[in-house]
Amino acid sequence: MSIEAKSIHRETFVINLGPQHPATHGVLRIKLTMDGEYIDDAEPIIGYGHRMQEKMGENRTYAKFLPNTARMDYVAALFNSQGYVGAVERLAGITVPERAEYIRVITAELNRVASHLLWAGAFLIDLGGFTPLLYTFDDREQILDLLESVTGARLTFCYYRFGGVCNDIDDEFVAGTRQFISRLRSRMPMYHALITKNIIFRKRCEGIGPITADVCRRYGGTGPVLRGAGVAYDVRKAEPYSVYPQFDFNVPVYPEGDCMARYRVRMDEIVESLRIIEQALDKLPAGPVMAEKVPRFLKPPKGECTFTVESARGSFGVRAISDGTDKAYRMKLRSPCFSNLSLFQECSRGMLLADALALLGSLDLVIPDIDR
Amino acid sequence: MMTLLHNDFVLEMIRLVLYAVGLIAFAAFNAAYLSLLERKIPSWFQLRYGPKEVGWWGLLQPVADGIKLLTKQLLVQRGADVVLFKLAPAMVVIPAIMCLATIPFSETLVPRNINLGLLVIFSFSAIHVIGTMLGGWASYNKYASIAAARVVAQNIAYEIPLLLILVSLVMITHSFNLHTIVDQQAGGFWRWNVLRLSASPLMPVAFIIYFICMLAESNRAPFDMVEAESELIAGAFTEYSGMGFGLFFIAEYANIVVGCALGTILFLGGWHCPFGLLPGLHWFLIKMYFLCFTVIWVRWSFPRTQFYGLLNLSWKVLIPIALANLMITAIMLKLF
Repeated sequence: MSIEAKSIHRETFVINLGPQHPATHGVLRIKLTMDGEYIDDAEPIIGYGHRMQEKMGENRTYAKFLPNTARMDYVAALFNSQGYVGAVERLAGITVPERAEYIRVITAELNRVASHLLWAGAFLIDLGGFTPLLYTFDDREQILDLLESVTGARLTFCYYRFGGVCNDIDDEFVAGTRQFISRLRSRMPMYHALITKNIIFRKRCEGIGPITADVCRRYGGTGPVLRGAGVAYDVRKAEPYSVYPQFDFNVPVYPEGDCMARYRVRMDEIVESLRIIEQALDKLPAGPVMAEKVPRFLKPPKGECTFTVESARGSFGVRAISDGTDKAYRMKLRSPCFSNLSLFQECSRGMLLADALALLGSLDLVIPDIDR
Repeated sequence: MMTLLHNDFVLEMIRLVLYAVGLIAFAAFNAAYLSLLERKIPSWFQLRYGPKEVGWWGLLQPVADGIKLLTKQLLVQRGADVVLFKLAPAMVVIPAIMCLATIPFSETLVPRNINLGLLVIFSFSAIHVIGTMLGGWASYNKYASIAAARVVAQNIAYEIPLLLILVSLVMITHSFNLHTIVDQQAGGFWRWNVLRLSASPLMPVAFIIYFICMLAESNRAPFDMVEAESELIAGAFTEYSGMGFGLFFIAEYANIVVGCALGTILFLGGWHCPFGLLPGLHWFLIKMYFLCFTVIWVRWSFPRTQFYGLLNLSWKVLIPIALANLMITAIMLKLF
């Protein structure tokens, strides 16, 4: 008697991963159609944290919307401010003093390091290893202390202003940052010994969740996801903004496209960011940190512009259209997490649940940034 | 009254009750204080303090946890199989405590010295799998069902290498009696089974395989597929609240204690001193708690394995090595 493939009863079932689930890091819901432990379809359902940020950007004056930008990607809040401030400055034709640009680069890169450290810990929690989180938090804490001393906030920074930054950095901050750079550099081998060389970690990451450059192109995946797929695209190099052309840094690229490649890209980016910060501290020019004659009620002339920055998660773009009033006519915010999540549905097909969650974790999603 | 105490039957009954109460107390005490250590030990690894508010050094924390669990409502969700749902925690915790009944803690402190002690332990420890599976299945929750399916596959996969190791051990010791097995290892650490290279050069490897299988059998990280909190929320225990959850918790630690105690007896010389001095209960406890510490240490050092990685490890690595160990032991026994 032969068993026909047709006669085997195959049944799928639906699992709601979220909105409250330990692996989604926020109120993200993924509707999983499962065949046993294999995923047939994973449909992300977003919008639980939708706050109409874009509409708010159109209903408030330019300055009043500025604090909102820090509430989108709150793990790397300075990049959102940088993108928004950069777009408005371009619209209004404000030139930023060089010292302010340097300070922006230093603080933003510190924020990138903090974000990547947080991601490394959270990713390990997704894989079931709890301990590394507390080590990365220890380092991240130093960055938050440094940033707190100049910005006054620890998470939702509102530090950049149209035309500069609101506070100058002092010697204490410079010394503290240098100290932090040497501290983190000496701790990187420890992270590699603890995490990168861990056999279970490598088995769970190598070859898991491959994302090709083609998938990234179709869905708009950027940042470490794209660089982990072998494409050396970094906004800081491709469309340089601020004073980035003055620094010598590499864009880490790994062609494998798996979770391990994305992990390695981020770990290398921490080292590169430290290099940028060090160079910026060395070259830090004297001078004002705010442009002169920035009007209190900003009314950019009619026009439109796009300004993209390389956030910790990918390219964060702001497209602002001004109709000449004190409020933007259109404020489009391109969030890297939204695009990075959208490729999850295609890439997770046929994966095991545990591997799909590793893939989800490796995308480094911040849910309020998706929902905006 | 005196005549009553001289009656053997009455004495035996008193002994029985004392041991039963003692074993349950031992299991509960270990569950409580291993759970405290489970929070204290990683806190040393993780740059934090761990519990320190309730009692000195957090020593009353398990009491506070117990009171909290006891006062919580036992919720049974709609659609769940109520009988099985409530039976499952008991089916997990009772066998774990039963296993302790044949463990020889010292030369004289043996609750039940049975000739087939080893077999008894393995029969009982196989039951907790069914309890966990039923708990997950009866919960009427998809995450719990996935965990229930996982626990069966995992425990079958790891019971085989475990039994193969034990068969080779029984071949060496010629006994199922745990007391006899320990007695053979008297005289110093070089006579422990783990270093009994004359019987089989693979004995240290056998001990490591035993330890890995023990981790997998008691569903501990990095093999905690049943709980897998970042994938399955709380796995088979997702729907349990209050003391239903508490019983699973006690069972987990009771299983660790049984596994570590058995490892001590089978491989590390039981109550015997490594240098042949002062044998006794304290050596048994030192070795057992050192193994417990290692279990906790491993949990907080490694991420979770993949489910298929876990099965591959058993079927492709552990079982072949265990079989080789069995073969070598058989050949060595025949030759020498």
